[in-house]
Amino acid sequence: MEFLGDVAAWFSDPANWQGEDGMPNRLQEHVAMCVAALLTAMVLALPVGLFLGHTGRAGALAINVSNLGRAVPSFAIIVLAAQWFEEIGAKPAFIALVALAIPPMVTNTLTAVAGVDPEVRESAVGMGLTGVQVLTRVEVPMGMPLIMAGVRTSGVQIVATATLAALVGWGGLGRYIIDGLATRDFVEVFAGALAVAILSVTAEVSLGALQRALVPKGLAADPSRAARAGLADTAARNPGGGAVA
Amino acid sequence: MLRGLAVAAQADPWIRWDWVADHTDDIRERLFQHVELTVVALVIGLVLAVPIGVAAWRWRALYPPVLAVMGVIYSIPSLALLVFLIPWTGLTTTTSEIMLVGYTLLILIRNTVAGLDSVPADVREAATGMGYSANRQLLRIELPLALPAIIAGIRITAVTTIGLVTITALIGQGGLGALIYDGLLRDFRTPLVVGTLLTVALAVVVDLGLAGAQRLLMPWNRRRA
Repeated sequence: MEFLGDVAAWFSDPANWQGEDGMPNRLQEHVAMCVAALLTAMVLALPVGLFLGHTGRAGALAINVSNLGRAVPSFAIIVLAAQWFEEIGAKPAFIALVALAIPPMVTNTLTAVAGVDPEVRESAVGMGLTGVQVLTRVEVPMGMPLIMAGVRTSGVQIVATATLAALVGWGGLGRYIIDGLATRDFVEVFAGALAVAILSVTAEVSLGALQRALVPKGLAADPSRAARAGLADTAARNPGGGAVA
Repeated sequence: MLRGLAVAAQADPWIRWDWVADHTDDIRERLFQHVELTVVALVIGLVLAVPIGVAAWRWRALYPPVLAVMGVIYSIPSLALLVFLIPWTGLTTTTSEIMLVGYTLLILIRNTVAGLDSVPADVREAATGMGYSANRQLLRIELPLALPAIIAGIRITAVTTIGLVTITALIGQGGLGALIYDGLLRDFRTPLVVGTLLTVALAVVVDLGLAGAQRLLMPWNRRRA
């Protein structure tokens, strides 16, 4: 318990609240990096997922490629990015975060759109909707729970992995953990981990709220569907499909 | 750390086979450690998750709070969870295993419940009608029918765990992650590339192996799988 007292003392030390290495700056760096990486990954991944899901093209291939991508440890992606660009700091960190956020969003979006009940899609076509209208008015709203689950999974993963970016010379909250481990200052390490954990739970909760806000009311009203919409990934819905996370 | 990059790029190719040849014992040892950390985590995870899943399925009121707690653990970054344990269990394998097991639970529990939920009501009624007791019905009918979902959960968890093991290099374990960390610290690409490729290869092999086991164990499911 003495240890937790030291952690509390760390948080009440004004020195840890100012300057480049202060909590406000590290938090702001962390949040800015994560928001930028998530938005960039969404811009890149969602259209691809929508296209593949709508056309029903290369779905299995995309899922397999994306699963292979999932097998690459995020730790390795960060370190490899620094080596690839022969540079340390924000650039390799940003690119690594975007790269690792893309696969879950592509697979979830494509599964969401491709999984829309064919009868619903046929009725939409029968009612005279064009391909684009079917996508924007039927497939996207109906797939929204799963699409947003992918965004949420990726977002939380970005917040977590940004911590590791301190290993390649970038800032953020991971600095406390990496520097503390290097100097065996476990109080600093623990304080940094606490900050990161609070931030990622916050990200999880707020992306969950966004997910609920964006899911059309008609879908949320059905309790079984709403329950499934709460799933962080599609695992339970695709028992035979392997790793679709 | 990455000084003299233009020069270094020429001097440091992505892989130096002579280093690999000189370090096969080391690499093999790391691979074994990686497999060991993964297997122990998965086995403990299953031993905990399946009973919890069954309980949450039987007594439905338990399920939302169980999911909420597991969801919170799951959204804590692995490095942070690892760090939280250091004051109690130190820089040890125990710390690494607790972290790894912690991340297996959400998916394993959820897939167990989803699998049990997917057992058709008429199958269950037929079993009850044949005089199966609740426990026998669980062991002989419901869990076998839930197996595809549970194995799907194991596949996801295995791939995730194999990746997470690499993080434990930061507290002195890591399996193949120790090679990645070594490459980072020494700014030397070969161990980094070897560690990464072997980790991915291990994940793919294990995933395919489990998919094969799934087919063997559940011949009735073969066409769908």
